[in-house]
Amino acid sequence: MADKENLHVLSVLVEDGSGVLGRIMGLFSRRGYSIQSVSAAQTEEPGISRMTIVAQCTEDTLEQIDKQLSKLIPVKEVTLLDELNSVRREHVLVKAGSSEDTRRGLIDVANLFQAKVVDVGQENLMLELTGQPRTIDAFIRLVKPYGIQKLVRTGITALERG
Amino acid sequence: MKLTGAQIIIECLLEQGVDTVFGYPGGSVLNIYDALYEYQDKVRHILTAHEQGACHAADGYARSSGKTGVVIATSGPGATNLVTGLATAYMDSVPLVAITGNVALPLLGLDSFQEVDITGVTMPITKHNYIVKDVKDLADTLREAFLIASTGRKGPVLVDIPKDITAAVYDYAPKKPEHPAPTCAAAKEDLEKAAAMIREAKRPFIYTGGGVVASGADKEVRAFVDLIDGPVASSLMGQGGFDNTDPRYIGMLGMHGTKTSSLAVGKCDLFIGIGTRFSDRVVCDIKTFAPQAKVLQIDIDPAEINKNIKVSHKLIGDVALVLQKLNALLSPSKHPEWMAEIMEDKKQYPLIQTADDPEAVLPQYVLETLDELTGGDAILTTEVGQHQMWAAQFYNFKHPRQLVTSGGLGTMGYGLGASLGAQVANPDKLVINVAGDGSFHMNCNELVTAAKYNIPIVELLFNNNVLGMVRQWQRLFYGKRFSQTTLDRGTDYVKLAEAYGIPGYTISKKSDVRPVLQKALEHKCPVLINCIIDKDINVLPMVPAGASVAEPILNIEIDD
Repeated sequence: MADKENLHVLSVLVEDGSGVLGRIMGLFSRRGYSIQSVSAAQTEEPGISRMTIVAQCTEDTLEQIDKQLSKLIPVKEVTLLDELNSVRREHVLVKAGSSEDTRRGLIDVANLFQAKVVDVGQENLMLELTGQPRTIDAFIRLVKPYGIQKLVRTGITALERG
Repeated sequence: MKLTGAQIIIECLLEQGVDTVFGYPGGSVLNIYDALYEYQDKVRHILTAHEQGACHAADGYARSSGKTGVVIATSGPGATNLVTGLATAYMDSVPLVAITGNVALPLLGLDSFQEVDITGVTMPITKHNYIVKDVKDLADTLREAFLIASTGRKGPVLVDIPKDITAAVYDYAPKKPEHPAPTCAAAKEDLEKAAAMIREAKRPFIYTGGGVVASGADKEVRAFVDLIDGPVASSLMGQGGFDNTDPRYIGMLGMHGTKTSSLAVGKCDLFIGIGTRFSDRVVCDIKTFAPQAKVLQIDIDPAEINKNIKVSHKLIGDVALVLQKLNALLSPSKHPEWMAEIMEDKKQYPLIQTADDPEAVLPQYVLETLDELTGGDAILTTEVGQHQMWAAQFYNFKHPRQLVTSGGLGTMGYGLGASLGAQVANPDKLVINVAGDGSFHMNCNELVTAAKYNIPIVELLFNNNVLGMVRQWQRLFYGKRFSQTTLDRGTDYVKLAEAYGIPGYTISKKSDVRPVLQKALEHKCPVLINCIIDKDINVLPMVPAGASVAEPILNIEIDD
């Protein structure tokens, strides 16, 4: 169905310059496109950044997002990444486990996901994990009973295969 | 050679062939104005009453000439006063370069006096914008701004330049402007598929939008229409892209289009949209638009394909170039039955205004008399409202760039400034700003500019003492509750004009129309005509919002 909304991953190459991020986000907000996550950083080429944008939209809207983004002057390339042909990763940092009792279970969960303990504090442990977005979802679900105090996800970054 | 940033700006304007700019000085552009003083033999600067007027003037200059308009304003309020003008130009894809001053780099971001983040403000209403933070980037940024404004789908570009950049000294070497050739992305198969669709069509309908004017494709459209033999309707922005006096022309399409166009859209089997974005004011109800037709869209902007309506086939590229290629694939065909049907509708549903009083002043009569007296060769600028629709309906535009009007944004107060720009760009043409009293009051300050520079526009003011278009909607859809649309301000327009040293005339009965218009057109200075009309003359036909374009209202009962 054309009017069914799905998550779509767009990889956008942009020229660095003042307000590039604002320009792209402004386009999404003024045209009412819904964004789930954005990640952006420099590429191997100086002056060029890659943004990975996850949008929730219909196929028709996706076509418009692609074309409207392509019209922005600093945008060099827009690629739609489908699940089969791309590698998608996300990174999470989470602080949880306030008591001695909960920590042991939490470390078991971390081991299960091969998450790392990156900080040990009086009040909590900080864990990190990189993986597919649904792995991150599952990890967070299992950490939750141990009392999540703070959490940050990077949003998806992705590259096409091959 | 070593020049200041301000001098580099003017040199870059000269590179681009700019000889006229519109603007208003201020603190952050002092250096630029100092350079303008130095270059006054080469660049003419028109000082308006307000930056908004300057922006509309640059826009009118661009629309009427096809050249890129240039406006200069200072930081802060000067820059924000450009906003409506930029949005107007953006919606109608008008090539414009706006140069704004800003506070010096060390003061940026500190809420300094007259500081505003104008690139942030204008991001959604410019094709692109820049802030120049290093004088070594200045010349190339300006060159890029002109290139972006005037190529592809045209549009306004703003360049914000902090004051210290205009004072800094840097090497300048002149560079010839780039004029890339128009492009056609449509491949041979695409063109052949379109030609096949046209060959198969029994009832083709041709619809011309602003892209025809922007691309200068009037000759190609003419050849196309001659080849395929179908009726031609125009959008407001497309007016003049096809000769209105041609028998195949059936008027505008859309909210205030002709009944003939409405019927033809319902009956056609191929709808060919040329240089159009299928605005909601044209398509009206999407579900009932051209129900029997395949839609072929020709446009320069791929993002306009499948945006407002789904099309069967598309040709992307410069409209003139695409049509040249398409025409080469077509052999002449005739659709005598279809055209006979169209001609019958045209006869049955003419645009006509009537009144019981034989001395009543009807806009149709005024505009048709104006058409006759100007040989259909004048440039009309308009404000926004009923008078705008009447101008578009009753003046026969024969050539592109004859109608200069705010279509997409619908900016009241646009016309007077635009008329100044149009007249400056076309000193040998008659330029008439068709206005309403509501719009006139928004930016009538620009009369002073017309007077000061003796820019001989005719301000033709349809004075009905109401905001007529809104009143029309209130009559139809708000139970005649005329909320805040009865003006009755009692302005003496003739006296007001005279205060600026502008002759003013009044038309209050039908027999005044011809002599007053004749007199006004003979003047070699700006003139104002206060043309008093009844407050309940409606713009008809009218398709109510959300209704089908096939069923316009043809008559509105006035029983109060």
